Amino acid sequence: MKRGEKIIEGVLFLCALITILTTVGIIWVLLKESISFFTEVSVFDFLTDKEWTPLFSDKHFGILPLLSGTLLTTVVAIVVALPLGLTIAIYLNEYAPKSFRKVVKPLLEILAAIPTVVYGFFALIVVTPFLQSIFPGLSGFNALSPGIVMGIMIVPFISSLSEDALAAVPSSLREASYGLGATKLQTSFKVLIPAASSGIISSVILALSRAIGETMIVAIAAGQQPRLTLDPTVPIETITAFIVQVSLGDVPHGSLEYKTIFAAGLTLFVFTLILNNVSFYVNRRYKLKYD
Amino acid sequence: MVNRVMETNKFKIQAKDIHAYYGTHHVIKGIDMDIKPNSVTAFIGPSGCGKSTFLRLINRMNDYIEGFTKTGDILLDDKNIYASNVQVEQLRKEVGMVFQKPNPFPKSIFENVTYGLKIQGITNKSDLEETAERSLRQAALWEEVKDDLKKSALALSGGQQQRLCIARTLAVEPSVILMDEPASALDPISTAKIEELIFELKEKYTIIIVTHNMQQASRVSDRTAFFYMGELIEYGKTKQIFLNPKKEKTENYISGRFG
Repeated sequence: MKRGEKIIEGVLFLCALITILTTVGIIWVLLKESISFFTEVSVFDFLTDKEWTPLFSDKHFGILPLLSGTLLTTVVAIVVALPLGLTIAIYLNEYAPKSFRKVVKPLLEILAAIPTVVYGFFALIVVTPFLQSIFPGLSGFNALSPGIVMGIMIVPFISSLSEDALAAVPSSLREASYGLGATKLQTSFKVLIPAASSGIISSVILALSRAIGETMIVAIAAGQQPRLTLDPTVPIETITAFIVQVSLGDVPHGSLEYKTIFAAGLTLFVFTLILNNVSFYVNRRYKLKYD
Repeated sequence: MVNRVMETNKFKIQAKDIHAYYGTHHVIKGIDMDIKPNSVTAFIGPSGCGKSTFLRLINRMNDYIEGFTKTGDILLDDKNIYASNVQVEQLRKEVGMVFQKPNPFPKSIFENVTYGLKIQGITNKSDLEETAERSLRQAALWEEVKDDLKKSALALSGGQQQRLCIARTLAVEPSVILMDEPASALDPISTAKIEELIFELKEKYTIIIVTHNMQQASRVSDRTAFFYMGELIEYGKTKQIFLNPKKEKTENYISGRFG
């Protein structure tokens, strides 16, 4: 082999190595700090205690309030994003003229490119007051408003990827359905969506991971009150918002309070890892089935 | 009344001065054609001659193709299928289609056969089962699949899949069946089965088949239409077209001198 080739090969290998090492490094730090956290707080308490007050004098380390906060905003987001995204995908794929689709799809994707801090303030300053005019009981900080805004932010994940999946369904299936007298709507729901289900499910899972990991919007508009509740109208705190709160605060390095963010981070990591794997599994399984 | 029906049924399909365009590309250049009920008509001609496009005009399958336009009328049972009050979904129940490549849905055999009924809102289980059996029998597939109707249609062989697609079309009880090279992706044995099927289906249906296979055209059809460069060069009894073509182009094509 030529020397130039070898150098290039080495550089490529190094690039690949850097990303792997970074991942390994992150997992290593997460695990190390979490393990040291769990030597002081039992895993059982962490998973079952209903209060999360590591910064108070009466310390409790139950992750459930943070998890419920994350779950709440994520569910609100997906309830907004799934119907909206899927409807857009069906419209773009089945009804809209090609030229229109070409313009609108990238425009929609801009939604995902807006800085999340902008979304956060939009939720706090525009959406929350608007919602308060409809539901007077709504707190200034709540799960509903950032959830909805987050839902809008992740719409393009679902609409774009689902549209790709729908477009990848062989046109022969579309024609078979039309040929039997099906309308466009029937064809979409009875043939295209089932046939594209693996892509659609992956798009939803990707959107879910994005919503679970989203930090800025919830940190700004959801409040900072860990609370075990499924009520979207009161202030809550998500895992990510808590990590921000502690990272930006003046918690001493190496203290137990400091280590809580790694335990919280690990929890978050486990969730997104599971979702990623589910997505991978769904994709592979259904691909095999339909090819 | 009876006489009138007899009279109006003289031709099942009538095409009147059809021109068709993809964008500015003129693909069908003024075709007139009358097709009798309960007959098999074969469309032959080299690739790109417009025969498939013409076929797909009969169930308005070209409607969704961007940039496609046409002039002229097509009458089905004396009614213009392009009239503004015609519901295209209704038309396609009347004019079924079988495609070049078998295209079963990635669903069970049963769901495939009953798809056309379900989208019409028929959910009665015994109705669906009856229709499934009847259509699969008509398509000569029943004996092979009756014990595993729940099996995925994709697990069938290509020939079986194509017969399933025919059964699926028959289930909605059309009066016309359009077949776009239905056997071109199949092996000779499956092809023979499809041809046999076409022969039997003729009793109840009006069939139009696009084919690249001259022998197939001569075996299955009553009348043959030869298309070339978007024009209908010759249209007549199959025997006459193959044994005694009137146009030189037709003779050259069927004797394999070009195409």
